[in-house]
Amino acid sequence: MTEKIALDVPFMEVSGELCKGCQLCLAVCPKSVIAISDKLNSASYHPAFYTGADCTGCGLCFYACPEPGAIRVVKP
Amino acid sequence: MKTFEKSNSFYQVFERKSGPAKEATHYCPGCGHGNVHKMIAESMEELDLTKRTVFVSPVGCSVFGYYYFDCGNFQAAHGRAAAVGTAIKRTNPDAIVISYQGDGDLAAIGTAETIHAANRGENITVFFVNNAIYGMTGGQMAPTTMIGQRSATTPLGRKEDIHGNPIRMAEMLATLPAPTYIERVAIGNSKHIMKARKAIKKALRIQAEGKGYSFVEIVSACPTGWKMDPVNARDWLVNDMLKVFPLGVFKDESDNQDEDAWKRHFEPFDKAKVDVYLDRMKSAVGEIEPTVLPEDLNCKFAGFGGQGILTLGLFLSQIGMRGGHHVSWFPAYGPEMRGGTANCSVNLSSERIGTPLVDHPNVLVVMNQPSLELFEKDVVDGGTIILDSTVVEGTPDTKRLNAVMIPASDIADEVGTPKVANVVILGALVAATDAFTPEFCESTLRAIIKKKSLIDMNIEAFRRGYDFVKKA
Repeated sequence: MTEKIALDVPFMEVSGELCKGCQLCLAVCPKSVIAISDKLNSASYHPAFYTGADCTGCGLCFYACPEPGAIRVVKP
Repeated sequence: MKTFEKSNSFYQVFERKSGPAKEATHYCPGCGHGNVHKMIAESMEELDLTKRTVFVSPVGCSVFGYYYFDCGNFQAAHGRAAAVGTAIKRTNPDAIVISYQGDGDLAAIGTAETIHAANRGENITVFFVNNAIYGMTGGQMAPTTMIGQRSATTPLGRKEDIHGNPIRMAEMLATLPAPTYIERVAIGNSKHIMKARKAIKKALRIQAEGKGYSFVEIVSACPTGWKMDPVNARDWLVNDMLKVFPLGVFKDESDNQDEDAWKRHFEPFDKAKVDVYLDRMKSAVGEIEPTVLPEDLNCKFAGFGGQGILTLGLFLSQIGMRGGHHVSWFPAYGPEMRGGTANCSVNLSSERIGTPLVDHPNVLVVMNQPSLELFEKDVVDGGTIILDSTVVEGTPDTKRLNAVMIPASDIADEVGTPKVANVVILGALVAATDAFTPEFCESTLRAIIKKKSLIDMNIEAFRRGYDFVKKA
């Protein structure tokens, strides 16, 4: 999925291993561009992931996420 | 380009976690601590304070703060973070001290430390994470638990008439004159979080500028303790908790404070001044004349309050002090000034004394009946037991112990007053142990007895006790 993201548009990314699947990022995303994976990570959580388009780089998901390293948002 | 990512004020790897997710916190999914940690780390980095910061972790879920923040770290006993923070700040005034505490820590066991640190206006920052429950211990009622809220210890909901009302720390502290900045923020939604970021940063800036005590209460969520999913927990926070814990600035004097107005530095004790004080204390017992102790004395003096038990111990310690020995005097007594039981432990040693307690005395003085029964068995084999036979009936084990039975109260009465029975005992003790010469003790007594009219009577009492043993 990452390779599809163009570098000149905003994007967010989730570390599938650090995410605990709390879904707070989904709740705050104004564009609803985050979804929950069907698969489990190695800690048995369903991690969030970026659906791949329309992120505005607002950063709200970053602050809503309780994990320091789980979400990264880039706004070029 | 703007990138939102993990702050450099965090460690790269969090050693707490085992397994593959080494960079994950130990917190439950949806826990508010992670959000607050991120905001603090961000502010530390933006204000360039990370290297100066000492983060005091409390007891509670956030006890592992030191696994996350790449700054100085300290872990305080339960509730004492503000007191520990006070010490760190006063001895390191350039340090940025963060006391990070939950509601079980700050609003329950640590209420006293919290209030008094605020009342002194310590130039530290307190981040108070209020999630209305004891999280770490398994969801018991906290002082901040809401009316009607179910917890492990309020399964039917908190009731006002039984459990009292949720306590509002920010409002309470805002009544004090000293604090500079007190605000309550929340992390219920994005708008709250943006305000919380500003408050956290402002609190740290106030401290960095030496403008005094800053306190930010963060209304947070505990999905696990509340038995809710993380998203519903945040909704409950917004819809229910904020009715009881309204957001806002309760005090802000930061614009009225000069820089470094609250910066205080307490020098370590000045040894020269301490020595002057100690010398004055030593000279109160007369000129030091080093003597040789036949053996260390570990004494227990026991009797009723009012018999002069504690004074007797004090006299012996002062005699030992004048003889150049290490001494300790440790009283133990009930609330009664007269009539209750009292005892004291006295050590005289040629070496430094590790503990002032005497569990197994080699000299026991007994001036009432209960003390004989209580303490005789503790005396070491071959030890000396001295009892006032006027008031104590019964005989100690003379095979095991060197027993001195002296009618001290009767002798004191003959000298002039029963009040000097303790000094009669002192004379007997010195005679029985040969710890000092009687002349040395008498000259010390002359120096330490404040009321000059009583000196002669005490000297006579001492001599009568001494002679009673020596002439026996």
